[in-house]
Amino acid sequence: MDLFIHQVIAGFATGGIYACMALAVVMIYQAIHHLNFAQGEMAMFSTYLGWQLLAWGAPYWAVFPLVMAISFAGGLAIERIVVRPIENAPVLSHVVIFIALFAIFNSAAGFIWGFTIKPVPSPFGEGALYPGAPIGKHQAGMLVVTMIVLSLLWAFFRFTRVGLSMRAASVNPESARLVGVRVSLMNGLGWGMASAIGALAGLLIAPVVFLEPNMMLSILLYGFAGAVLGGLSSPLGAVLGGFIVGIVENLAGTYIPVIGGELKLSIALFLIVAVLLVKPAGLLGRRTVQRV
Amino acid sequence: MSTSEGKMSDLGSSAPWPAGAAARPKVGARTIFFGLLLLVAVTLPFISKNFFIFQTTVVMVYAIAILGLNLLIGVNGQFSLGHGAFYALGAYTAAILMETFGLHYAWTLPIAAALCFVAGFLFGLPALRLEGVYLALATFALAVTTPQLLKLSPFEGFTGGVQGIVITKPGAPFGLPLNSDQWLYFLTLAIGLLLYWLVHNIVHSRTGRAFMAIRDNPIAASSMGVNTSLYKATAFGVSAMITGVAGSLGAIVIQFVAPDSFTFALSVQLLVGLVIGGVGWLPGALIGAVFVVFIPNVAEEISKGLAGACYGVLLILVIYLAPQGADGVIRAAVDRFKRLL
Repeated sequence: MDLFIHQVIAGFATGGIYACMALAVVMIYQAIHHLNFAQGEMAMFSTYLGWQLLAWGAPYWAVFPLVMAISFAGGLAIERIVVRPIENAPVLSHVVIFIALFAIFNSAAGFIWGFTIKPVPSPFGEGALYPGAPIGKHQAGMLVVTMIVLSLLWAFFRFTRVGLSMRAASVNPESARLVGVRVSLMNGLGWGMASAIGALAGLLIAPVVFLEPNMMLSILLYGFAGAVLGGLSSPLGAVLGGFIVGIVENLAGTYIPVIGGELKLSIALFLIVAVLLVKPAGLLGRRTVQRV
Repeated sequence: MSTSEGKMSDLGSSAPWPAGAAARPKVGARTIFFGLLLLVAVTLPFISKNFFIFQTTVVMVYAIAILGLNLLIGVNGQFSLGHGAFYALGAYTAAILMETFGLHYAWTLPIAAALCFVAGFLFGLPALRLEGVYLALATFALAVTTPQLLKLSPFEGFTGGVQGIVITKPGAPFGLPLNSDQWLYFLTLAIGLLLYWLVHNIVHSRTGRAFMAIRDNPIAASSMGVNTSLYKATAFGVSAMITGVAGSLGAIVIQFVAPDSFTFALSVQLLVGLVIGGVGWLPGALIGAVFVVFIPNVAEEISKGLAGACYGVLLILVIYLAPQGADGVIRAAVDRFKRLL
């Protein structure tokens, strides 16, 4: 039983990362109705920026907001420069653009910083939270930061005018435009915010998985699984889904022998397929009904 | 070469897919053009170096794989980011049958085809309930998981684990005066033409019209009596089968399979080739294959360290300048040429 509780808590901690990633995925999906396959690489690139600043001796708590701000600007710029011109292009063109972004960020990071694995220090310190605790200091800190960011986001969407405009622009662009919402600016904001949240996820998970150009692919996959599980139309669902994916991953890794280290990624595949089969709208998602 | 013979498929335009104007039958010029191309394809292995023959064979292998993907995405309108998995299945089937069971390589192709058809059909069944983005996600997960599944330790005896399997290169049969590169070239060319003919006929048959009807308007299709689920799963199966055969050929030609050759990047390459060639236009597969095989080298020429970034920038440029791929470019060129006349 001890092992079980321990694993659930540990899963909760990694789930926080997946929740961040899933949230970033859902936010871009809400804004442009495409899944951004380059999301993970964008987050990885931001994390490298953070590592570089740390290596230059900047204090951790200054690096955090700075990197998020840079990522926000970067996301906005990508939306303006690369994505906007093909707004009305077919889905496949968008997917190819995402693949191109993926290649660019991956190769640029490898070129600038090299492919060797880099350890990233944790701002919360090493070791267990207290002697004999099931989770480490870093994981606890990670969880707290994730929770704070998620509640801030929730408040932003729930209570501010801009948040309302963003929701309106995503749910019904035409009507939103008619009442004076600048829909395209909202899409850009969505990209920027998603990119900043991705940067946060990257910075938080880097001390756990180590920094290298390919670190994000599997995390993105879990993020997708979380987003699908919670429902692609619901930010809260994405967060919940992310946590569930983290816990399921940890429990399956502990109790099902072969899956242990070898098949962890397959859990995401099975989760995605299973959720889509049983409840395609996800846990909290809206069912889209099409009029014929 | 392999997929260059035949007419343009006359796919109608549809909302989410690039529009393809109806083909204008101008059989004379086109037949001559493709006849010449075939002539070049047949003489090529006798006038060029072995390495170039090998590269061309690899291009044809990719073209076959992209052809399979085109049947699914371009003709049936189902999205797949995971066709690398079926390519891997075909490759491993050929490798294991040849090296572990000592089967003749010619027999591995139909077995791989059958296996991939079944696998594709079965994956297509749950995929029936998924559309657009969700299908992209499920197949993305499949692509990312593939290398891990191939490395699985219980099957290491067959798959060779991380090391993979080395395959002995088959020579030309019946005492033909060809070296093995030339023989594999002709084998791939023949199988490619056969599969092209197959896909071409499917597209122009009742089944093909059902596929396209499902792509353009699933509700209208099913109200006209098309069994949507059966046709969608079948399209997935046939598409996986063709890509799987390409995988087997690829394994035999490259003489090596390992889990890390079948990563997400492979599925991406196939998709990129499809978009570059033109979605829904069957001969485009060959142009797309040339792009995915040679453009990474060009990118590497531009900058060694930043090859991936150059590739990405080239991709973005292609999407901006030729959003409908080679298909659109060729159509525009032909139209302009006609106006000049």
